[in-house]
Amino acid sequence: MAENEFIIRQISVFSENRPGRLAAIAHALEEERVNIYAFSIAEASGFGVVRALVDQPERAHARLSRDGFNVAFTDVIAVRMRDEPGGLYEVAAMLGDAGINIEYSYAYSGPAGAVLILRVDRPEEAINRIRSAGKELLSSAAFH
Amino acid sequence: MYWDERHETMRPEELEALQIRRLRETIERVRHVPFYRDLLAHKGIRTEEIRTLDDVKKLPFTKKQDLRDGYPFGFFAVPLSQVVRIHTTSGTTGKPTVVGYTRGDIDRWSDLIARNLTMIGLTEDDIFQNAVNMGMFTGGLGFHYGAEKVGMTVLPAGTGNTRRQIEMIDDFGVTAIHCTPSYAMHLAEVAEEMGTDLSTLRTGIFGAEPWSETTRDDLEDRLGVTAYDSYGLSELYGPGVAFECPEQDGLHIWHDSYLVEIIDPATGEPLGPGERGELVVTPLVKEAMPLLRYRTGDITMLLEDDCPCGRTRRIARFSGRVDDMLIIRGINVFPSQIEHVLMALPEVGDQFMVYVDRNEHHLDEMTIHVEVKRPYFSGELADLARLQQKIVRTLRESLELRTAVQLVEPGSLPRFEGKARRVVDRRTAV
Ligand SMILES: [Zn+2]
Repeated sequence: MAENEFIIRQISVFSENRPGRLAAIAHALEEERVNIYAFSIAEASGFGVVRALVDQPERAHARLSRDGFNVAFTDVIAVRMRDEPGGLYEVAAMLGDAGINIEYSYAYSGPAGAVLILRVDRPEEAINRIRSAGKELLSSAAFH
Repeated sequence: MYWDERHETMRPEELEALQIRRLRETIERVRHVPFYRDLLAHKGIRTEEIRTLDDVKKLPFTKKQDLRDGYPFGFFAVPLSQVVRIHTTSGTTGKPTVVGYTRGDIDRWSDLIARNLTMIGLTEDDIFQNAVNMGMFTGGLGFHYGAEKVGMTVLPAGTGNTRRQIEMIDDFGVTAIHCTPSYAMHLAEVAEEMGTDLSTLRTGIFGAEPWSETTRDDLEDRLGVTAYDSYGLSELYGPGVAFECPEQDGLHIWHDSYLVEIIDPATGEPLGPGERGELVVTPLVKEAMPLLRYRTGDITMLLEDDCPCGRTRRIARFSGRVDDMLIIRGINVFPSQIEHVLMALPEVGDQFMVYVDRNEHHLDEMTIHVEVKRPYFSGELADLARLQQKIVRTLRESLELRTAVQLVEPGSLPRFEGKARRVVDRRTAV
């Protein structure tokens, strides 16, 4: 896949479902002064994957690996939404109409607006669709 | 090439007749041991009533503890004047087990080892470094006598001074080595440090410790040898009882000298070919210390197929000890079986833990914890779930038992020095 400035690296961390694991991840990132924009936890039986969008993915990856975690980068895209009713529907419907499958998504909402993070099966096409509809995507330049 | 073609390739009917004759001779010999004399008298067993191999079931088992109780010479069936050698096996607790040999025993034992060495293509042209302990341990002198019998040039190198051992291999042009697999690993490391590729070495015989197929690949690669598994037990003379042939697919056990049974260690019931259980052996030619149905505590099975090399029936490579066996919902499970399954899966690490519980319906549940190896973590939960399912499926196919699998973080399972304690049985008595 060609480099695309709108493809963002999410940090995915394998974690057992036991007390203190999320705290250990959060604490390590705090020590590295890595800022977490958003995160979500996906659970299966006995284990889960912590997904996080952070300002310094490389730094987070290095530290968590050093701490013994299983860490991987996952390509996602991040769309700015209207922070008002219907904002999510608009993006989801657009991708659905184009037959693009959303594997998972999570969102955050801050002073600068709401952002929807998406893991899709065809990111390049999703990017094209979203941009041609005049929507704003976060650039990977914002993360280093 | 055969050392003793007649016995190594004997037809089943002829072999059975020989085994029955020798079994009856053995029963007569054991009557010189008070332990057996009393036991056979108590059970009212007459030698004449042993007519078929099936009749062996009428005979009592012998356990390791019985031999310990006979310390030192209680199991000798001949006067000490006829015993020409004594070996001992060290026990982890208490007194060692003592084994004795008549001159005829030494001769027959050496002959079995000569069969093994000839089977893997060694001849009088080979130079043989015997790098095991030469003392009371049976492995040293056993191989020494066998290799001399073949006519090989034997170096009784013993253990230790590894650099000197490596110099000997290179300077004397050693072609075959016998040692433990762990010492072989050490030799390989030191040889690499010394910058020699041990170019003359072609054959490695490894025994006295269990070793895996992964270790075989490693040793064959690093030492430049073909590696053969050797099995023996001091109570059954020592090494030489069973040995791999060039097929490297199971061990030939010498049925003319050892009557083999595989039993369910929990019930004592016989198991058929292809069923894993405890190896029980009645040695058929031992004089100084004959035994009946000796419980080896080692786990194997009779293989169903005939070996292309034409020798008699093989047993599988050993997969653990009876002491480690778990009974889960009535099915025998050995931690080594779990280990074999996991080692064949590249996605998981070598460490594992087994937890056994009894649920509210009084059913046993086994949960296996495994670490996901870093390069195999894609970041996707779905991939992890698929991996979990794959492990469950592979374990079920191998153990014929449904187990739960828990994926854990790398480095989180305990690492063991020495004997691993991987099983935590939390079941309470019913
Ligand atoms: Zn064979």
